[in-house]
Amino acid sequence: MSEPQAAPAAKRGGNHRKMELDPRLQAYRGVWVFVEHERGAIQPVSWELLGEGRKLADQLGVELAGVVMGAPGEATRQFCREAFHYGADLCYLVEDPVLTDYRNQPYTKALTDLVDTFQPEILMLGATTLGRDLAGSFATTLKTGLTADCTELNIDMDNRSLAATRPTFGGRLLCTIQTLNYRPQMATVRPRVMALPQPDRTRDGRIIEHRLGLIETDIITKVLEYIPDANVDKPQLAFADVIVAGGRGLKRQENFKLVEDLAAVLGAEVGASRPLVQAGWVDLERQVGQSGKTVRPKLYIAIGISGAIQHRVGMESSDVIVAINNDPQAPIFDFAHYGIVGNAMTVVPALIDAFRQQFAVMRRAG
Amino acid sequence: MHIVVCIKQVPDSAQIRVHPVSNTIMRQGVPAIVNPYDLYAIEEALRLKDRYHGQVTVLSMGPPQAEAALRKAISFGADEAILLTDRAFAGADTLATSYALAAALTRINEELPIDLVFTGKQTIDGDTAQVGPGIAKRMGLELLTYVSQIDELDLERREATVRRRAEGGVQVLKTRLPCLVTMLEGINEVRFATMTNMFRAARYELKVWSKEMAGITDPSFIGLKGSPTVVAKVFAPQPRSQRAEMIGSEASSAQDLAINLVTKLSAKHPNLESEFAKTAGARA
Amino acid sequence: MAEKFDVIVVGAGPSGNAAAYTLAKAGLSVLQIERGESPGSKNVQGAILYADALERIIPEFRDEAPLERHLIEQRMWVLDDDSYVGTTYRSENFDKPPHNRYTIIRAQFDKWFSTKVQEAGALVICETTVTNLLLDGQRVIGVQTDREGGSIYADVVILADGVNSLLARKAGFHGELKPKDVALAVKEIFFMPEETICQRFNLQGEQGVAIEMLGKITQGMIGTGFLYTNRESLTIGVGCLASDFKASGIAAYTVLEAMKAHPAIAPLLEGGEVKEYAAHLIPEGGYQAMPKIYGEGWMIVGDSGQFVNAVHREGSNLAMTTGQAAAQTIIELKTEGRAMTAKHLARYAAKLKDSFVMKDLKKYQRLPGILHKNHQFVTAYPELVNRAAHTMISVDGVDKRSKEKAIRGSFLRARSLFGLMGDAYKLWRAFE
Repeated sequence: MSEPQAAPAAKRGGNHRKMELDPRLQAYRGVWVFVEHERGAIQPVSWELLGEGRKLADQLGVELAGVVMGAPGEATRQFCREAFHYGADLCYLVEDPVLTDYRNQPYTKALTDLVDTFQPEILMLGATTLGRDLAGSFATTLKTGLTADCTELNIDMDNRSLAATRPTFGGRLLCTIQTLNYRPQMATVRPRVMALPQPDRTRDGRIIEHRLGLIETDIITKVLEYIPDANVDKPQLAFADVIVAGGRGLKRQENFKLVEDLAAVLGAEVGASRPLVQAGWVDLERQVGQSGKTVRPKLYIAIGISGAIQHRVGMESSDVIVAINNDPQAPIFDFAHYGIVGNAMTVVPALIDAFRQQFAVMRRAG
Repeated sequence: MHIVVCIKQVPDSAQIRVHPVSNTIMRQGVPAIVNPYDLYAIEEALRLKDRYHGQVTVLSMGPPQAEAALRKAISFGADEAILLTDRAFAGADTLATSYALAAALTRINEELPIDLVFTGKQTIDGDTAQVGPGIAKRMGLELLTYVSQIDELDLERREATVRRRAEGGVQVLKTRLPCLVTMLEGINEVRFATMTNMFRAARYELKVWSKEMAGITDPSFIGLKGSPTVVAKVFAPQPRSQRAEMIGSEASSAQDLAINLVTKLSAKHPNLESEFAKTAGARA
Repeated sequence: MAEKFDVIVVGAGPSGNAAAYTLAKAGLSVLQIERGESPGSKNVQGAILYADALERIIPEFRDEAPLERHLIEQRMWVLDDDSYVGTTYRSENFDKPPHNRYTIIRAQFDKWFSTKVQEAGALVICETTVTNLLLDGQRVIGVQTDREGGSIYADVVILADGVNSLLARKAGFHGELKPKDVALAVKEIFFMPEETICQRFNLQGEQGVAIEMLGKITQGMIGTGFLYTNRESLTIGVGCLASDFKASGIAAYTVLEAMKAHPAIAPLLEGGEVKEYAAHLIPEGGYQAMPKIYGEGWMIVGDSGQFVNAVHREGSNLAMTTGQAAAQTIIELKTEGRAMTAKHLARYAAKLKDSFVMKDLKKYQRLPGILHKNHQFVTAYPELVNRAAHTMISVDGVDKRSKEKAIRGSFLRARSLFGLMGDAYKLWRAFE
């Protein structure tokens, strides 16, 4: 992405770049979402992107397509059907044994072929290890623009271009980036940033197949083995309904117990802001924020978190945000739903008691 | 064996102090550091050097002050350091950066063939993770990202076996040399430099390359001119139209505040109420 | 092979840089070791640069050094809770180059100074802490650091490692730092547009103002406040004796917050954005708290030697001057082919004795002791002085003679005749 201190093209004199698209590129139409799957299941981020892609496609008056690549067989075709459920009008399908496991070379070639043939104007991928791997090399192959970790996507109808917004300057500000003279315009989006759409299981679409034309000996990297993670105790922050998170305001590591205790009472997942992860108080898996996880729980309780933008972008889509902070000027109170100015050391234990009482009442009632 | 590690000097966001009263973030006077993700790449390269012997070169594209980052790498044990610096690189986005670095790497390769190019996973000030893949594509190198370990190098047969992180597990891959690896974070701890290496770093005569010395003749690919993305605007996030409803007042006791909040949550948010009911039931 | 140098300088603040620069320029092999990530990164100061001291070391510094504003006006305020009595000296002479005092941003300045040190040929290594002095009997022969790789040797080691020199303490050169001999100072830097600063302080271009403050702002503790104009920012700070902080239990930043809210000060900060906050210890003990400043194969310069004239807020110039004096001593001895024994290094103390450094420190040596036991100078007197001014300046139908009588009475009531005479005597002794 460009350095933010670059002036917008319109303001630059002399060598400024034109905002007119090369006529060949004007023919590029359509919004594509790369449908990522691993070990037989689609990554939810792909659905989130289809939901977002549907809006963009409707604005532009074009079709939304899913891009599915994998081993030949029913499972891969099922992925196409799911893409239709989530809003795709059509799917581009590349089936080939060499695509069974993800490898950069064949996937990049498949995607390049598709894009060269069918010419989409927008291509979106999830910012997963696969998505970033693929997007980075693909964007360089086609020498087009890629905006990573976008938090918002819009269409600038003046020139039918994608306006991709992402945090910058260490997360304090936002910047909107456009790729004016190249196609396709690419964006990666982290899981949970966009809302998960409701599937419509009655929806259907058409499949367009494409032959890859690579054989195994063409491909340099071989997959020797896949070692799945042991799923022991892995925090499931991304899909948690209630999250209690702690921040720097807790001051000492012993105080993080308050967060854990409240989470235990609420049956909630435990989260933390980046400084706590960097200080080693909590595992990286629990980091919420721009460089951690994006979460969308029903209830997010932030304790001792100032609400700086790096953290905010990771949790501001929560349905209800409660902030507890002893600084009345903390930025978190600007966007939380409820705020308590007070010392966590007294407020949180009181909350634990209050919730316990509430649950007891509910049990007696129900 | 010859490994080149591409590193970047970035502002140290972790060193930012917080004002004890207002809790605002003090950004002024923040020192520049080696991008923390790059340290893992440097350390991994040095470990391979310990194992297979050979040379580790560090390369960075940046302004003159990036020299400090390169010296740091020398102090850890890197053999040579090259600073690619030129006014023309200003405003470069990742595409332009990968172009410049690829050109420099090609030059380096002419002097001493490269077996592996390492980069960190991403930078803390850019976060895009695109430069590594960009370099690989331009140089025709196999790309392996999110690598947690180099299991083995076979320099005779020109093969490398590495482990790569996927969403739910680890891929063990075998590929051909030369290749480009972006290193996952947390896989090692960079060594504490010895005094001897500190002296070496302080005395080291840094190689400084301009764009011509890197073999870049066409300026349209570098700097601002080479970037297909344009920043349309930079802005502060829109404040939510409604500030939080503050529970209680300064005089309220913690108990009052707590009961007040819990009651409100249940009363005003039916989906939270049912969520609480579920939890209450589970605790029965 | 162990490394050996003519001189090792521990610390890269103003005193260390002055010494290393002077030595390297004279062709000696110098190693400078700094524990922060860059020179001066552990340093905090107001900060005012006294050009004279630096001129003697780097005559052409004005061409390159990062300087903020040159001071043309000095204000001295004695504050009560919502008023102050002040004196101001402003002179067009101060506006004529070469300027005498500048405001600087310490971190930037030290970095620049270090580039000069390196250009002169010294080897500078950062992020490394000297953990021990290497001794051969009583003689210092080198240093040991926190990094693996053996010891480093030198003919003489200069300790320029600041107010809290653990090294000097470890080696027994001086005892534990006493709270009464040191002040804790906190400061903030407020950023605002250049034009605002110029308008608010009646300045043009790069002219600057320094305000030194005394009085109720230190909440009964012995200390002073300050406000300096930088190019696009204001530095505001306050420091009080560590022993007074301990006794009162007040937190340093609380004092600063209250001071910023003072009705005479708050408007000056209006609209500014705080972007830096720092705290530091400042030596206050003066002459009577000074440790030994040289020995067999070692010397102490700067804050580490308590070379601070608190009354006049001079510390960085003494740092540079002592650093230079130490360097000159070594250069002379080297040229004469003499060893770095205590007997020969005594020349350093002699140089300082002849200079303003020791003369000023000696002059004010009684001040710290007197102030400790006489808090009325920061409490009763500021009040009395302010109220007296208020009385005289208000026009309220009371005749002037009665007003003067009332003022005298207020002083007598507050301090009694003996008290007043005693205070006058103490002040005379302190400044004599």
